[in-house]
Amino acid sequence: MAYIIRRIILFVVTMATVSLITFSVFQVMPGDPIRIMLGTEADETQVETLKKQLGLDQPLHIQYMDWVKGLVTGDLGDSIRFSRPVTELLADRLPVTISLALITLIIVVIVAIPLGIFVAKRQNKLSDVVFSSVTQLGMAVPSFWLGMLLILYLGMNFSFFTISGYVPWTQSVVGALGALLLPALTIAIPQIAVKFRYVRNAILEQLRLDYVRTIRSKGITEKFVMYKHVLRNSMIPILTVFGLITAEVVAGTIIVEQVFSLPGIGQLLITSISYRDFPLVQGIVMYITFVVVFINFIVDILYSVLDPRIRLN
Amino acid sequence: MKTLMSHGKNINLIVGLLILSAFLLLMLLSFFYTPHDINAMNVANKLRGPSSEYWFGTDEFGRDIFSRIMKGTQTAFFVGALTVSIGVVFGTLIGGIAGYVGGWVDEVFMRIMDSFMAFPGIILALMLVAVFGPGIVNTSIALGLMAIPSIARIARSGFIQHKEFEYVMAAKLIGVKPFKIMFRHILPNVSSPLIVAASISFAVAMLAEAALSYLGLGVQPPDPSWGRMLKDSQAYLTSSPWYTYAPGISITLMVLGFYMLSNAIRDIMDPRSN
Amino acid sequence: MRENKKWLMLVLMMFCVLMISACSSEGGNVDGEKAQEIKVRINDDPDFLDPHLATASISYQMILNMFEGLFAPETDGSLSPAIAESYELSEDGLTYTFNIRDNVKFHNGNTVKVEDITYTFDRLMGTKNGDPLSSNFNNVASIEAPDTDTFVIKLKEPNSNFLYSLTALQSAIIPASNEGKHNDNPIGTGPFKFVKYSPGANLELAKHEDYWDEKLPYLDKVTFVFQSDDQSALMALKAKEVDLTGVPANRLAEVENDFNIRKQNNNSTLVVTFNQEREPFKDVRVRQAINYAINKGDIIDAVFSGYATPIGSNMSPAMGDYYKDGLQDVYARNIEKAKELLAEAGYPDGFSTKISVSSHNDMYSNIAQVIVENLREIGIKVEIEVVEWGIWLERIYFGRDYDMTTIDLTGRPSAYEILNDYISTNDSENFFRFKNAEFDKIMADVLKEADRDKQIQMYQRAQEILNEDSASVYIADYQVLWASDKEIEGLKSYPFWFHDMSEVRFTE
Repeated sequence: MAYIIRRIILFVVTMATVSLITFSVFQVMPGDPIRIMLGTEADETQVETLKKQLGLDQPLHIQYMDWVKGLVTGDLGDSIRFSRPVTELLADRLPVTISLALITLIIVVIVAIPLGIFVAKRQNKLSDVVFSSVTQLGMAVPSFWLGMLLILYLGMNFSFFTISGYVPWTQSVVGALGALLLPALTIAIPQIAVKFRYVRNAILEQLRLDYVRTIRSKGITEKFVMYKHVLRNSMIPILTVFGLITAEVVAGTIIVEQVFSLPGIGQLLITSISYRDFPLVQGIVMYITFVVVFINFIVDILYSVLDPRIRLN
Repeated sequence: MKTLMSHGKNINLIVGLLILSAFLLLMLLSFFYTPHDINAMNVANKLRGPSSEYWFGTDEFGRDIFSRIMKGTQTAFFVGALTVSIGVVFGTLIGGIAGYVGGWVDEVFMRIMDSFMAFPGIILALMLVAVFGPGIVNTSIALGLMAIPSIARIARSGFIQHKEFEYVMAAKLIGVKPFKIMFRHILPNVSSPLIVAASISFAVAMLAEAALSYLGLGVQPPDPSWGRMLKDSQAYLTSSPWYTYAPGISITLMVLGFYMLSNAIRDIMDPRSN
Repeated sequence: MRENKKWLMLVLMMFCVLMISACSSEGGNVDGEKAQEIKVRINDDPDFLDPHLATASISYQMILNMFEGLFAPETDGSLSPAIAESYELSEDGLTYTFNIRDNVKFHNGNTVKVEDITYTFDRLMGTKNGDPLSSNFNNVASIEAPDTDTFVIKLKEPNSNFLYSLTALQSAIIPASNEGKHNDNPIGTGPFKFVKYSPGANLELAKHEDYWDEKLPYLDKVTFVFQSDDQSALMALKAKEVDLTGVPANRLAEVENDFNIRKQNNNSTLVVTFNQEREPFKDVRVRQAINYAINKGDIIDAVFSGYATPIGSNMSPAMGDYYKDGLQDVYARNIEKAKELLAEAGYPDGFSTKISVSSHNDMYSNIAQVIVENLREIGIKVEIEVVEWGIWLERIYFGRDYDMTTIDLTGRPSAYEILNDYISTNDSENFFRFKNAEFDKIMADVLKEADRDKQIQMYQRAQEILNEDSASVYIADYQVLWASDKEIEGLKSYPFWFHDMSEVRFTE
């Protein structure tokens, strides 16, 4: 219990620091949102009037306190550029990003775990070299380039895929899949390349343990050993790994949305940074960071529940 | 064959070094010679496919892509080296102090580092680049700052471990100044994980630079950057698909080289880790 | 047995997916079969829907379909009556008396009253709340509404360009009753009314049934779809998700054969310019040398794939009568001449300088790369500095902290407003820091000149001065290439950014 309380305090402290960092970064960032929005045609008179209306002439600590108050109550303020509540804009984009992240996770899970099990059973020097090379290659390819290659080889040859843009699920399920499958693969492939080795290593570690030898020596079939005992005991490290993937997948969507022009959170983030739409960017950054930190928090808690030894650390 | 396989770990070392020295040679050569002037434009000759004169073809200004790839090694090594230097120097300093001093200093330093690590890397990179502005030096500074927390963590655990060792105790007893103990005595002993981390940081920096350049925020022309070339090539993906290969493969190979090297170093220094 | 179950599941799932998709795609085609509806791709969201706040040209492209001023700008840069049916100007050139058109209705069904017009100008000038939204009316002495269909504006000084500030671009007439909602639910008198704005997705407009010109508009519905990525836009065009889209010149080949293409000068002037307060750009010979050294053809070929009209002064042929032809050939590329001029100015070996460009469009850094190569031939070493758009505006455009830069200046319907950037006392727009007494005098005199032919002469002379003095290197007016999959009629090109949908119709 003490461990869990400590984790909760840590979680709150981290989020508080994150909010302070986010706010400060945008304060020192050069560029004026109103000027950017109005461009070269800006009328000085209008610029002054708008600044007053947006409350950008208030002292910093007041702006920060107002913002944090809003964060806690779920009010992220209004976007400067769209004159709309940030939460509304996030809600509009969320379905795209969540769909993309979920499809990616599903692909990673259904490929990486069986692949990990498969290769764990075929352990030898040659396969070690091959697998480690695959992993390293998967880490080395820039994801956006992988996306471009997928567009070039799959997207342009199969009309099933939409190589840019998004089709809502409500409009067409096939259309949505066609729009999301390539971007999801783009994020998933490097993740699979890295994660299947985690699965393999976790299983190998279990196989080396004495109880497996004991069970084996009793003459129980190999398949049974594999699925009933080894896999279950390997679940802890594997789960942790997939907790971590979630963070990486969320981060991956940001750039991949750009490659495939998907109107998700990442695309909104990138355009609003260049517009210096502070309320919107801060809202998005806090939201994404919250999701990532929260998932890690849950994984930590689960982990400690599953394996009491952790709490001692 | 069998002996090669039994030294499987060293394949990383051999291949990694091979790739990196090839790029290093290419970079050195590019200071003195490129087949074509990297900036010479010949618009009439734009977007030609690979040929014996233009090995990797020409870009939308009719510039030789191979020459620009060669020159791009300079950018890549520069960004990587500057990023890693900033990350290692400040990361070691912060992690070292946190680990060696301990107590609330450790707690404060590490909470701040944790908070920075809570941001997905690309978001932090985007925010920092917006603060510093685009360009080769600014991008490297932003990426260097990003590298600090993970290196600080590694340094910290090393320092915590070693500060209890006898040689440190002895140095303390004879009155050696803490700063000297940290960096003269402990640092050399905890350097191997830091070297591995530096090598990984180099790879991460290259990928991050490519991503930023792809978003138009990283290295800016006329500095040839592989990431920027990839971005430019996307506009011609349908009409001139070969344009994308040279920069894409260059980035992948170089990053791969650093990953292999870091794995090899880790295996050599700490055989248990595998 | 188990295996079989798995297969059954899989087949069932596939079946479901197919069913759902079959149903949903059918559903999409039922409505909108005969409706006259167009979907136009636009690169970005509007900055504001409130016509008095909107500043970006991208906004006007769309919202001018909803609003009208007392006058309407025409395709040739002239003005035609809109909400004002006619007007009279007093002898001294100070008092404008407007006769308001009867039966002009707002989108909410209310008739436009003179109170709404008074409200509009009060709001712009900030007379009521002290927060003016525009500085265009600083020259207005008073506004009056003597009776229900007459509106009077008195000026402090005569201004032959004043009527240009009475279009929807600068003073769209909006209803007093909509106060506080002009941005969320804009109401105007234009041929289309506001339906819905979905940030990052689209802006939907519908036919204004009570439009005063009964013939117009033809379309029932207009949707502006926001899509910044050209690749996506082309895909959307091919998938018939948009009917009309701009195509970047380098991708024209992909759509040329299957779609209707129209090319349109957009009256923007792409300039490479210098800070003329700084050495060595103070010296006209240095500016001329640079002008001779830059290869406009290369820029047009490399950056616009040839689809741009070279210009020689700050005016595009799109401005019709006002445009001074021939200036585009004055500085034909001549390296020898450029070197001579540099030597005369005291820089026989050239000098080093910096060109600062914005990163928001690759066009600028691409142009800069050509400039670097061109100027290297006359010994000028140019370093490129790329900054973000916000920084560019702050430091270069408004801060004037730069040596050289490149930018495209957006077109406006009024020749005066195009050229007035160069008036030495126009501090807010003259970021070139150009200074020429004759130019200043012409621009002051032209406001007092009532005769259009004489105005044209004066504007043409002003263009010559900019050319002679090499106030900037004038590169080109780049064309916008429009691709549509259907035969579309009634698409008009204006000397400013405006997708006028009022006369658009499909001819099938």
